[in-house]
Amino acid sequence: MNRQVVQRLGFALLGAVALIVVIPIVLVIGIIVVRGAGAISWGFLTEMPRDGMTAGGILPAIVGTLVLTFGTAIVAIPMGVGGAIYLSEYARDTWLTRAVRLAIINLAGVPSVVYGLFGLGLFVLFLQFGTSILAGSLTLSIMTLPVIISAAEEALRAVPTEFRTVSASLGGTKWQGIQRIVLPQAFPGIITGVLLGLLRAAGETAPILFTVAAFYLPYLPHSPFDQTMALPYHLFVISTQVPGMPDEIKYGTALVLLVLVLSMNLVATLIRGYFRRRREW
Amino acid sequence: MIEALIRVIGVSSIGLVLLIFAFLLREGVPAFLTTPLRGLFGTRWYPTFGFFGTLPLILGSILVTLTAVAIALPLGVATAVFVREVAPNWAREVLKPMIEVLAGIPSVVLGFFGITILAPLVREGLGTPTGLTAFTGSLLLAYMALPTMISVAEDALDAVPRSYRDAGLAMGATQWQTIWRVVVPAARSGIVTAVMLGIGRAIGETMAVMMVTGNAARMPITLNSLFMPVRTMTATIAAEMGEVAHGSAHYHVLFAVGILLFVFTFLINLAAASTIFQKRRRGGLR
Repeated sequence: MNRQVVQRLGFALLGAVALIVVIPIVLVIGIIVVRGAGAISWGFLTEMPRDGMTAGGILPAIVGTLVLTFGTAIVAIPMGVGGAIYLSEYARDTWLTRAVRLAIINLAGVPSVVYGLFGLGLFVLFLQFGTSILAGSLTLSIMTLPVIISAAEEALRAVPTEFRTVSASLGGTKWQGIQRIVLPQAFPGIITGVLLGLLRAAGETAPILFTVAAFYLPYLPHSPFDQTMALPYHLFVISTQVPGMPDEIKYGTALVLLVLVLSMNLVATLIRGYFRRRREW
Repeated sequence: MIEALIRVIGVSSIGLVLLIFAFLLREGVPAFLTTPLRGLFGTRWYPTFGFFGTLPLILGSILVTLTAVAIALPLGVATAVFVREVAPNWAREVLKPMIEVLAGIPSVVLGFFGITILAPLVREGLGTPTGLTAFTGSLLLAYMALPTMISVAEDALDAVPRSYRDAGLAMGATQWQTIWRVVVPAARSGIVTAVMLGIGRAIGETMAVMMVTGNAARMPITLNSLFMPVRTMTATIAAEMGEVAHGSAHYHVLFAVGILLFVFTFLINLAAASTIFQKRRRGGLR
């Protein structure tokens, strides 16, 4: 067979494989949007669940997920960005730095259910926070930490060294240079990493299974020591544990979770694109 | 002041890894003391009757993970080659964001899709009594591992110098021949890294797997095991930890399973990281 023909067939095959990869993604999102859209109404988003969750809305799950994500952000953003500043600006190339780096890579690979076990062992039982928003948020933030650290470190490193040198030559201290020059320049990259980390936390189920999630709790949480429902766990519960669940509510819940997570994803992408175009270096 | 604080935060990340391991050990080690090793690695997992054999769970995880990576590897490498070497710009602009979206879909949503749409398809397509099989889980896991594998493989292809491609083409090879005989072989260490990270991703995945694999703790040693229900380590922890009494033998054994998972993903990541470091040190490829 002619070599050019082989090449053309080969390229067509590669394109076909790319389609095999992409089509299921479109199908998953398409099916959930089409079947879930019917369930979405003002009531579905703002009412308590009724009749063993088979009717009413999913408000406590939505609020729970927002609260947990917020709690995760409070802990994970300062710690993650601080860790990244340390790694990119202060740490010299010692065995300790290498150990920190290796630790972060490994933290990123630890299965989410193992974070759940850790959260149960440390926060729920050892520190006696009980199954609570506090324990769940802390567990999620530790899971999110490596994502934020790696992304923020990469963003900080991308800022050219000259920026730091110039700042120092004008008599600025190291911290002034970081605070006024490097951090603002790295901000879009950091924000993107933060959003990607938080959206992962918002969608995770395994770490909250034993640390905070409530099966059915038609109230809004009052304090950090309350349990709460959460969207991912709610979707798991209604699609596997509750017989006779109307399909519409399942798809509706999946759609709300998907929209929440993918909109954060979209914002991250837009921020990254916007600042990349505007950047002067 | 702030600088000292930042330093503390940086070093505390190692502290966290140690802390995680310490707490897994604290809760998991009693399992090794109370249950004899032979029982712990036995072939029967019936916690209510005191049989804590984790072998079916370990083999279940391995079966599902390896099948997933076997499905994802050709798809991932072909897609990475397509995106990097072949695709016109517009196709790249469509493909890359789609794959990022896939990476963002929560695993419970994919599990929900698996249980409502994919499992019935598998049942009818393969004629199995139930659609909740190891194979269904592997399919989902393959797609969940794809974004990581594609992006790592892409980076590996990207790192192959232009001169390699030019040399191939100058020898009279077609672009297709150059890709498969020069570029992909030159990127093979990166592709190995992609496979390892894919394995790490797949073996630790919990919700989607728990929802679609049927969760029967049987030894997957017969040929048709792939098309029967299976139970993984992660699914066992997730399904049972909520119901055990804290401090019971069952509780400690579940933590012991967590230790196994932690150690396994730790080793995989260490291996993957060391290939990345090696590449950096040599300042080039291979």
